[in-house]
Amino acid sequence: MGALILQQTINALTVGSIYALIALGYTMVYGVLRLINFAHSELFTAGAFIGLALAGALGVAGHPTGGLLVGFITFVLIGLAGVSVEIVAYRPLRGTSRLAPMLSALGMAVVIQNAVMLIGGRRPLIYPSFLPSGVIDVFGAIITYKQITIFLVAVILMVGLELFVNRTNLGVRIRAVAENAETASLVGINPNMAISLIFFIGPGLGAVAGILYSSFYGVATFTMGFVIGMKAFTAAILGGIGSIPGAVLGGFLLGFIETFATAWMPVLSGGLIGTEYRDIFAFSVLVLILLFRPAGLLGEHVSEETMVYKSDF
Amino acid sequence: MESRARAAAPASGAAAPRKLWPGALAMLAVPVLLLIVGPHLPSYPLRILDMILLYAVLGLGLNIIVGYAGLLDLGYVAFYAIGAYSWALLASGQFDIHLPFALVLLIGASLAGLAGILLGIPVLRLRGDYLAIVTLGFGEIIRVLMNNLDVVTNGPQGIARIDEAHLFGWTLSTPDDFLYLLVAMLVVVFLFVWRIQESALGTALSAVREDQDAARGCGINTTRVKLVAFAFSAFIGGACGVVFAAMQRFVSPESFTFWESLVIVLVIVVGGLGNPFGALLGATLLILLPELLRAYADYRLLFYGMALVVIILARPRGLISRQYGPSWLMRRLGGGKC
Repeated sequence: MGALILQQTINALTVGSIYALIALGYTMVYGVLRLINFAHSELFTAGAFIGLALAGALGVAGHPTGGLLVGFITFVLIGLAGVSVEIVAYRPLRGTSRLAPMLSALGMAVVIQNAVMLIGGRRPLIYPSFLPSGVIDVFGAIITYKQITIFLVAVILMVGLELFVNRTNLGVRIRAVAENAETASLVGINPNMAISLIFFIGPGLGAVAGILYSSFYGVATFTMGFVIGMKAFTAAILGGIGSIPGAVLGGFLLGFIETFATAWMPVLSGGLIGTEYRDIFAFSVLVLILLFRPAGLLGEHVSEETMVYKSDF
Repeated sequence: MESRARAAAPASGAAAPRKLWPGALAMLAVPVLLLIVGPHLPSYPLRILDMILLYAVLGLGLNIIVGYAGLLDLGYVAFYAIGAYSWALLASGQFDIHLPFALVLLIGASLAGLAGILLGIPVLRLRGDYLAIVTLGFGEIIRVLMNNLDVVTNGPQGIARIDEAHLFGWTLSTPDDFLYLLVAMLVVVFLFVWRIQESALGTALSAVREDQDAARGCGINTTRVKLVAFAFSAFIGGACGVVFAAMQRFVSPESFTFWESLVIVLVIVVGGLGNPFGALLGATLLILLPELLRAYADYRLLFYGMALVVIILARPRGLISRQYGPSWLMRRLGGGKC
């Protein structure tokens, strides 16, 4: 029993790390632009595929050190892709209406997903692991090195982001623009620069999450982004959209809720509710959180006025 | 702006058209033309025409909640699915129940309307993006339920061998038959949503959309108004679902993904929010476009996505503005003030 709970805790931390990394991208963009960046989940997928292509090109499949290099290059490439998506599809629509950029984001999601399909193919691809293999046995629970690596990489990236946002000059600019873009521009901060930076970091982190995810499960499909993106978005809301620590907390919390609910609901309900309802747990949590604590766990209250679609109509 | 002011003071009648028939004739021309030309089309274009009409009706329904009330519903497909599964379960060998089409049309639409109210009661306290996300979650929950309640819905395999629909002794089986049915539905729903827009309810909805707190301050029961809008919207979605299931004679959860909800939202946004003509134009474009791109096979969706982005970049507020709706046309052609 104890070992089982420990095992599930470890599984939850692994899934949670990946959710948290993706959730960061959603929350940063939403914090500044009040935009649900639907293209984010597809950039996650694109990241996994680019990682795969790089592994082949550099011949480093299966090497953890090569994996570091691949992760870094993918981060930069997908980061640049994120910046271009913003410049092409979102920037011209800024200030027009709230609905238009969101639908443009959906259009971009379709474009990226199909571009990935055209290059990578429709069939699921076997993914070479960049993570060290091996297991350790802790009190009867089996922890793989893969899981440890995923957790560590995620934590390092999150701490790095936290330091970057709070301790550096560029980070201060981002926070200023998130707080109020107009006022920030009055003190000489270029909002476009800060927004571009966010669209570089967010998708970059998502791309690394894509490599970790595919390495862990050993497979990559061009459609894998949608559901995991939805869950990461749920995580961002759970923690309080716009809040960076919130996205991390939300990601891990969702990992725990999902892992434990999936494992225990069939037992508790006498087999009536099976593991196939896994996705429902995430969405039910989302609905409940929004109903009872719309600002999320760590989020400050987002003025509802800013997210209403009235100026569109 | 203008139409709202007019709706607020219907008694003044200052902008009422002098003659009603020119506008009415112009609008009737479309369904009449469809009924004349439609049956002569070959099977493939006719099927596409049927789909366009179905999405136009769906768009008109969703417009009540998104266009008029300003509440973004990203889970509209759930109501559509409830309607479709009503026909699939109540008129097939699944439970060996074989109810008549007209009755199921009513049941399916009512069930969807009821689901709309049940969903609306808790979620209508939310606004903006939060409402959008909760409705999205609701749509996904309904789809996962359909996928997994194998005993009832047959899971991912879906339900095949659904009955042929009979409506008052008229068999609905060929695309021709459905063309007549869909044109009739389009006319009824079009008139319905147009009249809603012009009614006191429509005025209340636009007040809620512009400023909910001010609307409440004016004595509008905002929750009730939004619930009514949700129920109407869901009712129409459910009716479309029944027709869809009768047309395909097969339903599976595959047909009710998030993507489907998006297409319906895109229909009204691309066409022009809050404008019944917009829904027609949007449905035509969004259904026709992938068919025209069919020659590009694998590149089809890529081009489709690009086209969407380009259309939205070019016309962020939709192709036809809100103000150029049916009332405008009536005034324009009837010699009233515009």
